[in-house]
Amino acid sequence: MLTPESRFQYQTLLDAAALQANRGDAPAIIYVSSEQEPVKVSRDAFRRKTRAYGAGFLQLGIKPGDLIIIAHLQNLESIFAFWGALRIGAIPSMFPTLTEKLDPQVYMHNMNALVARSNVRLIFTSDEFAPTMAQTADCPVISSSELAALAVEEGIPPNAWHPPRPSDIAFLQHSSGTTGLQKGVALSHQAVLNQLANYAEAIALRPDDVIVSWLPLYHDMGLIAGFIQPLVQGIPLILMSPFDWVRHPALLFRAIHDFKGTLTWLPNFAYNHLTRRIRPRDIADVRLDSMRMFINCSEPVRQDSQQRFLQRFSDIGVREEMLAVSYAMAENTFAVTQTPPGRPPRLDTVQRSALQTEKIALPSQDQGDVITLVSCGPAIPHTEIRVLDEQGMALPERHIGEIAIRSDCMLTGYYKRPDLNPFRDGWYLTGDLGYLADGEVYIVGRKKDLIIHAGKNIFPQDIEAIVNDVPGVHPGRAVAFGVHDEQEGTELIVVVAEVDTQDLAERKTIMKSIRQEVARRTDVTVSYVTLVEPKWLIKTSSGKIARAANREKWLAERRTPKATRA
Amino acid sequence: MSSLDAATVRDHVRTYIIHELIRDPDYDLEDNEGIITGGLMDSFALADLAVFVEQTFGVYIPDPDLTVDKMDTLNQIVARILRG
Repeated sequence: MLTPESRFQYQTLLDAAALQANRGDAPAIIYVSSEQEPVKVSRDAFRRKTRAYGAGFLQLGIKPGDLIIIAHLQNLESIFAFWGALRIGAIPSMFPTLTEKLDPQVYMHNMNALVARSNVRLIFTSDEFAPTMAQTADCPVISSSELAALAVEEGIPPNAWHPPRPSDIAFLQHSSGTTGLQKGVALSHQAVLNQLANYAEAIALRPDDVIVSWLPLYHDMGLIAGFIQPLVQGIPLILMSPFDWVRHPALLFRAIHDFKGTLTWLPNFAYNHLTRRIRPRDIADVRLDSMRMFINCSEPVRQDSQQRFLQRFSDIGVREEMLAVSYAMAENTFAVTQTPPGRPPRLDTVQRSALQTEKIALPSQDQGDVITLVSCGPAIPHTEIRVLDEQGMALPERHIGEIAIRSDCMLTGYYKRPDLNPFRDGWYLTGDLGYLADGEVYIVGRKKDLIIHAGKNIFPQDIEAIVNDVPGVHPGRAVAFGVHDEQEGTELIVVVAEVDTQDLAERKTIMKSIRQEVARRTDVTVSYVTLVEPKWLIKTSSGKIARAANREKWLAERRTPKATRA
Repeated sequence: MSSLDAATVRDHVRTYIIHELIRDPDYDLEDNEGIITGGLMDSFALADLAVFVEQTFGVYIPDPDLTVDKMDTLNQIVARILRG
């Protein structure tokens, strides 16, 4: 296995265990779905398939360093294409697929912006979507069946294969939305291998582990923890589509039961989704005793979400020590911290007022004005964490500031964006606010406005730009923000927009248009739309919409009984 | 609920959707309006509806029927519940 001790034996991701010849019939991936029998891909088959897909790309004239966007369903073909691209030194990047809600024109507009900015050489997509995409894409598009027809190794001269070097960019990770797409996180082979080695030690990874994942592959947690890690480490990956899981949440538990899963990564909302929306008869014979860790990651961890999950599923084998937490980000390839296996995360109960006003986390035994935070654990090996004040000076323990990190697994840079330097004196400033206590990290908020909905980063400015275009809304007089929802275990999205009309029918049309337009253009669902009279929104002295102040105002008005409102 | 009549089922489901899933009690939900394709709620809602339908009407909707194609409108959902 790849660990800090064995790290020197590995040069690039192509040294992956799943590509090596030993135990060729052992499963590399088992793909499960609610509709059909599991599909098993052995290590031998994975090696053959990825080599063939690499050959297909070579025949299309793809060269080392060329960027390939995989905008496909989450299936085995996407995986073969991704690894096939790695094998010829090209740079793959996973991109969300088109959904029922999204407008194809808007989707293609975003795609073409990416094509132009990042010099995309090829888009790989499904047969269904390829013809539409080929008409509007500003670069060649290849469909599943076209690539499959080219995916044969015969006739490719051995000197056509250019394996990558350790410092070469392996792949890119993108955040969603107009804003996120402007910054492709470029990760080198050595950074990814370092992360996998460090993380293996942090979670005490074992050869008999089995990883089960429903996570989307265009997200860092899905891509690294639920795809690259098991294939490099030679651990079976039980994979499913996020679309399938979200509609049939019991699928995850049935997969854990059937294949004796030991590790899975979940954003906080998923604990609520599983707790609230699994029907008893769907898990009647299911046991989860095989699990080592359910790792809560990629959105703020809520103790109530973890506890409800534990309460509901303790009967079928979930134990408290299985509940783990990691703090992660694409810029560090994936994990920054991890709670140690075998014990639940530490809890820190602190005075709420000191946290908010003095920016200090003071431990408190009182029952009154306190808040309980869940630890994200200590830094993983070869990763340093500091908490910085506004001037960039390191703060002592229990003082709240911006989390900064330095490690051997950070991004090389933002792809084709020499104008953006992610580092300050070798440190990456995360934008997250938190503190350290006894060497463990606690996250309390964010420096910039960002909504984390169901594990996905959403930039409020992207939503506001859409709402500003809705007829009836005062352009520039709309705000979007997130509010935590205890039932869902995540932030829900609120839009507040100023309108003139008092006509009920017109107002309903505007509200409907806001929901529809945001969904059509971002694939994000707005949970609350509130229309307000002109001059309701609070602006800063520089004339910008103050998101935090408007959020407070909106929350205060909702706490007031409706009858007393103006 | 012993016997299911279409109007009662429609009423219950509509109330649940606009209160719990769309979170806007004043929303005029049309019978043929795409609830998921129209961006009113995300696909978590299908699993949510499945739980609600089983608890309220005693009807278990199997996985193959829980798709956006088959459960996107009030009409589709009501028809599926009435089939039992």
